Amino acid sequence: MWAGYLALRRVPTCEKLILNYLGIIVLMNRIITLTVLSAIVLLAGCEGTDKQQQTPDSDYQRRLIERLIDAVPGDVIDIPEGRFAFDRSLMLTTDGVTIRGAGADKTILSFKNQVVGAEGLLVTASDFTLENLAIEDTIGDALKVNNGKNIIIRGVRVEWTNGYSTDNGAYGLYPVQTENVLIEDSVAIGASDAGIYVGQSRNVVVRNNRAEWNVAGIEIENTIGADVYGNLATNNTGGILIFNMPNLPQAGHHTRVFNNRVIANNTENFGHAGTPVASVPAGSGILVNSNDRVEIFNNELVDNNTANIIISSLHTTGYSDSEVQQNFDAYPESIWVYGNQFSGGGETPDGLDLKALKLAMFGFGGRFPDVLFDGYIDQNKFVDGELPPALRICISDEVEVLNADAPNGFTSPSLVGADMRCELEPLTPVTLAFL
Amino acid sequence: MWSCSEPSLVARTIVSGNPPLLSDWGQVGVLNNRVVLADAVEPYDLASSLFTDYAHKLRTVWMPPGTAAVYRSDDVLEFPLGTVITKTFYYPRTAIGDQQVRRAPDTSAQLLAGELGVDAIRLIETRILVRRESGWAAIPYRWNEEQTDATLQRAGDIVPLTMVTDTGVEENFSYWVPNVNQCSSCHGIDAKSRALHPIGPKVRHLNKRYHFDTAEVNQLDRWVTAGILEGAPASSEWGQNVDWADPEQALTASARAYLDINCSHCHSKQGPANTSGLHLDPATPLGPAFGLCKLPIAAGKGTGNRSYDIVPGRPDDSILVHRLESTIPDVMMPEIGRALRHTEAVSMIRDWVHELDGGCTTG
Repeated sequence: MWAGYLALRRVPTCEKLILNYLGIIVLMNRIITLTVLSAIVLLAGCEGTDKQQQTPDSDYQRRLIERLIDAVPGDVIDIPEGRFAFDRSLMLTTDGVTIRGAGADKTILSFKNQVVGAEGLLVTASDFTLENLAIEDTIGDALKVNNGKNIIIRGVRVEWTNGYSTDNGAYGLYPVQTENVLIEDSVAIGASDAGIYVGQSRNVVVRNNRAEWNVAGIEIENTIGADVYGNLATNNTGGILIFNMPNLPQAGHHTRVFNNRVIANNTENFGHAGTPVASVPAGSGILVNSNDRVEIFNNELVDNNTANIIISSLHTTGYSDSEVQQNFDAYPESIWVYGNQFSGGGETPDGLDLKALKLAMFGFGGRFPDVLFDGYIDQNKFVDGELPPALRICISDEVEVLNADAPNGFTSPSLVGADMRCELEPLTPVTLAFL
Repeated sequence: MWSCSEPSLVARTIVSGNPPLLSDWGQVGVLNNRVVLADAVEPYDLASSLFTDYAHKLRTVWMPPGTAAVYRSDDVLEFPLGTVITKTFYYPRTAIGDQQVRRAPDTSAQLLAGELGVDAIRLIETRILVRRESGWAAIPYRWNEEQTDATLQRAGDIVPLTMVTDTGVEENFSYWVPNVNQCSSCHGIDAKSRALHPIGPKVRHLNKRYHFDTAEVNQLDRWVTAGILEGAPASSEWGQNVDWADPEQALTASARAYLDINCSHCHSKQGPANTSGLHLDPATPLGPAFGLCKLPIAAGKGTGNRSYDIVPGRPDDSILVHRLESTIPDVMMPEIGRALRHTEAVSMIRDWVHELDGGCTTG
């Protein structure tokens, strides 16, 4: 019915109508004869129509948008090898869809000419898989997955290709408020906040990825249950961050960081002031901030020039005491560090306070020890004058620990490694049903 | 049945699929060079409305004969199956070319009561929300160059326009027609269910007078009288947002009305922007959750190098003001639906922040 009507009309956007029309036919349960007939009529009507497409790539934009709109659960959207240009953000809202390219260096979605949209691809759906493609040069976040269960990101490269810059988008791979998340074999380069950022989620595995030239390489924030292993974090401002922020629906805990290589994360902090990562000193290897129940083991930590491991509180990074959520616990507790390989690092800490502290304590040619602790301890939790054993920060590695005494303005820093030799109950591994 | 020469519009609902033309719905159209509505299609307006690059908006609702919406005190009215809501975005034209549009106050109601001639305006798009068995569906249409009808435009579009002010200042901008999936960026008000809902037709937005053909009357009164709104208590119990642009109103009421209609569909406890912990809905008290001395979470570039969402007394230190002022895609708020700064509203919000007592002490 619509088909005949369409065919009789002379319209300038004939091509668009054909596409739209084909979409309708699908919805009308495939009236095949009608489809064929009217498509012929329509195509005939389009003869001589001026094709106003600038390049074949940008034509693909509309086709992909239509695929995303028409997607039904179970669909696999294959994107062929090639470089495809987009000038606006993409969005998927259908559960159970896989978007698959031909390889992270073969199928490239380029947003270099993006005009509108706060991200490259925004997904608000469950049972989503994105694999084997690259998302480049988005204005804002490259991939954001907001709310959804069973999210797989595999073999994806997100990159700002002109190198690290404050003007780059904030996040590379950014699942938030998600559950059962796997990010593996992926690469994130150049994000002005975090390359791989998992926020307010549950049950997460981040493994075998590479994060380079981001402010934060990998950041796990307000997330419950995360295993971060087999990754390479290098040339970021901070390598791997385990953070908790106030005023959010859930506080994070239970993160295992192991078998990672965290090497020379010494890039100047190019984040935007005011963001949580803007306070990360350049040269931070693994940084725990206000998070609890974190196990850091069997990592290789090399040449991170502020310190290979930093354990701190949001108190140090400066926030408004008066307005922060009443029940927010800013103290990092139940942290266990063991079995790591340390080499170099601590020689040139970032920031005036830390530089002065290093100079005062270790001299011009000296270095910070491998673990730096800002010294915030919640005395309200003390039993018989000390923290209950289960809440302690335990450094089992035979390395020195500097308590910077931040609560007292860095006035009485001390080496406390020997006092921190203890062990905690190991955390249970994260299990993902689809692994 | 599908002829273009039909002399008048007949409103109808369409239970499935994506009809290719706006005229298929028979709700709003152009006849004899005038924008007209079909019988029983009710135009309405909102006390304060969403800013979309100074576009004027003609809103309508139609319910199948014999049906009525059910009153809800705080949420969107419960509309019957088959309801069709339309919103037509258009601009007053300048004398020069199609691409130039004028920045002027939205007087859709007055124009409609008189003669909304298409010679004086440029129709851009009409968005339809239809209540079907499966829930609300959003279907966008783009007006053709001849301004005779609008065609289905599911993939969205970018329309280059030039905004011209009364004093002749010109500003180029990219008017963004969202694609179908992006409708949920605003209308998917519950991040978990992701179901689409209308946003405007809530009592507090609708409780205002409208300039109808014959008289200026309260919209909800008219709906009750017409029998298309049931279960309404006495009008004294109806909530009411102010028109934020009315200088007679208190700044707090203006700011909350503006932030409500422009932000709270995402920034609420259930909305997709709850990831930020910033809730700008009317139920949230003026405290950290409303942005007071609240740290940003994943604002990225959006912080503008500022530390807190709202610093009382200091608009220049408030992230919220910065994001309303910005037109950079990953900085600005709302994220979708604008490319220009809403200068007058930003000025009002700045005044409001300036008037707030207190400050943020860094611990």
